Amino acid sequence: MSFPWAKQYTPENDFMKWMDTRLPLPRMVYNVVGVGYPTPRNLNYFWNFGALAGVALVIQILTGVILAMHYAANVGVAFDSVEHIMRNVNYGWFLRYAHMNGASFFFIVVYIHIFRGLFYSSYKAPREMVWLLGLVIFLLMMATAFMGYVLPWGQMSFWGAKVITGLFSAIPLVGPALQEWLLGGFSPDNATLNRFFSLHFVLPFVIAGVIILHIWALHIPGSSNPTGIEVKGEQDTVPFHPYYTAKDGFGLGIFLILFCALTFFSPNLLGHPDNYIPANELSTPAHIVPEWYFWPFYAILRAFTFDFLFIPAKLLGVLAMFGSILLLFFLPWLDKSPVRSGHYRPIFRKFFWFGLIPCIVLLGYLGGAPAEEPYVMLSQLASAYYFAHFLIILPLISMFEKPVPLPNSITESVTGKPLETAA
Amino acid sequence: MAEPEVKEAVEGEGGEVRRRDFINIAAVSFAGVGAGVTVLPLVSQMSPSADVLALASIEVDVSSIEVGQAIKTSWRKQPIFIRNLTPKEIEESKKVDIADLRDPQSFEDRTLPGKENWLITLGVCTHLGCVPLGAAQGEIKGEYDGYFCPCHGSHYDAVGRIRKGPAPTNLEVPEFSFVSDTVVKIG
Ligand code: HEM
Ligand code: FES
Repeated sequence: MSFPWAKQYTPENDFMKWMDTRLPLPRMVYNVVGVGYPTPRNLNYFWNFGALAGVALVIQILTGVILAMHYAANVGVAFDSVEHIMRNVNYGWFLRYAHMNGASFFFIVVYIHIFRGLFYSSYKAPREMVWLLGLVIFLLMMATAFMGYVLPWGQMSFWGAKVITGLFSAIPLVGPALQEWLLGGFSPDNATLNRFFSLHFVLPFVIAGVIILHIWALHIPGSSNPTGIEVKGEQDTVPFHPYYTAKDGFGLGIFLILFCALTFFSPNLLGHPDNYIPANELSTPAHIVPEWYFWPFYAILRAFTFDFLFIPAKLLGVLAMFGSILLLFFLPWLDKSPVRSGHYRPIFRKFFWFGLIPCIVLLGYLGGAPAEEPYVMLSQLASAYYFAHFLIILPLISMFEKPVPLPNSITESVTGKPLETAA
Repeated sequence: MAEPEVKEAVEGEGGEVRRRDFINIAAVSFAGVGAGVTVLPLVSQMSPSADVLALASIEVDVSSIEVGQAIKTSWRKQPIFIRNLTPKEIEESKKVDIADLRDPQSFEDRTLPGKENWLITLGVCTHLGCVPLGAAQGEIKGEYDGYFCPCHGSHYDAVGRIRKGPAPTNLEVPEFSFVSDTVVKIG
């Protein structure tokens, strides 16, 4: 899409003209992230995180392809081959630590990106498809990261694979057979490691494909903005380049500083020491936890220690865990308020900052804690709030809340002067 | 654009099946069956392969396991617990009212007659597959003095029945038999 005032691409020299009639790639770049994409003038730094997520994916693919040149997916040698990368391969330690921490940064960035969407209700019409595709990317990322964590074949790798594939065994009737099919055996073994490597290699490229769809869908209505009101005239926008290329570039600098700080100075901070013990199928680590970015979901899984009606506890936990993400697919239709931005929604905003955010932080903490009281009881309360927030509180707020008056235009909200509309 | 006049040629007399529709449906169905058959190997290759399925049975000499002790061994790449129950454990397990259990099984359902002091189970928590504690000396045995799974807090009693926590069923008892007085064959 474009607004009528978007600048048109004109090839500058004969070569570019020749290209433009054969493969108009420069034209596409110009229209997608260049001068030809008019963007709301008031985007704040929360709008950096989409571009940062893209950079994180590029870092993962680059470091990953190189790791794959030295890694061997066989249970006999996988652990040693990762140690070989760390000790013998030139700069192998750097590439592996960058890949490990790159995964964490990918999730940090994507979580901020998602919460940006939740606060500014970016999921609302006409951007539902952008939101839905984003959730598909999130699910693919989780699958990719989970399988990547299995590859070093340490204790956490092995038991993570066992517990997560065990989730599928909760499905009535077909569950146990499904788990055997996923593992290619009765317990994680060579077949499992090999298929996880193959999938871990290919899924990031599938993610790249879905990202293209995500951006395509975004460019039809164009970006939303912190006021949540639509662009009404040329004055409401600035060209993406140089304005947002520069702003994204600045954000990227900060991102890389933090990323390097962790990768170089504390590369194992976010990891678990038990994964430096080779996998042992006869002994489970005393305290088994997934990577930090799965903790909130892990807490929901473990909150169900009781049977309910005819549903056994195990199945309940699994349903709730998957449900907590699937629920987000229905968000565009659960929140009916016509106002998007949290800035103009006084009640929504309170529940966002004092309800949802503390609830998810707490779930995150509990997911990393041992399965004992009081953590179990707290997980139950926090899980209950999580579901209530989206299924009860949000729909009710959207019915009864009286929003604060919106500015007349983006320009007015920025400059205080009304937008001059061409008659 | 002028459409060529094909209608007359393909339409039969009123109510009859049209020749072109028949060919269409037949061709698409045939392609569908072909696609289905092609998917089969793509899906089936993921299932356990022949060497994994060729599950060897194992024989274990249990003569060195004292009363009240247990050992861990491995079968099909999964841990196995072999436990020599004490008379007190046997007696208490028999007393439990099985109607109160999540997975109702009596003591006799889980042991062999005449060899009822031997409890042989998979060391795989029926929740999500961790190895429960309680087989080795000094490990926590949980609130019911059997096995305790630390992953999500499942408590099993002395004969491996689930008593508390998220696991849905009792620890699985594999097929086993005694080949001699002291040697047990599992699988
Ligand atoms: C969505 C992007 C990706 C994510 C989130 C991701 C995540 C991970 C994680 C968490 C690990 C475990 C790190 C450890 O503890 O050692 C890992 C390992 C690995 N990944 Fe990736 N990865 C991604 C893309 C890729 C790509 C594109 C490739 C190859 C083409 C790749 C190849 C590898 C290899 C060979 C390992 C094992 C070596 C090691 O453990 O460091 N990854 N990945
Ligand atoms: S795996 Fe044993 S309690 Fe979850």
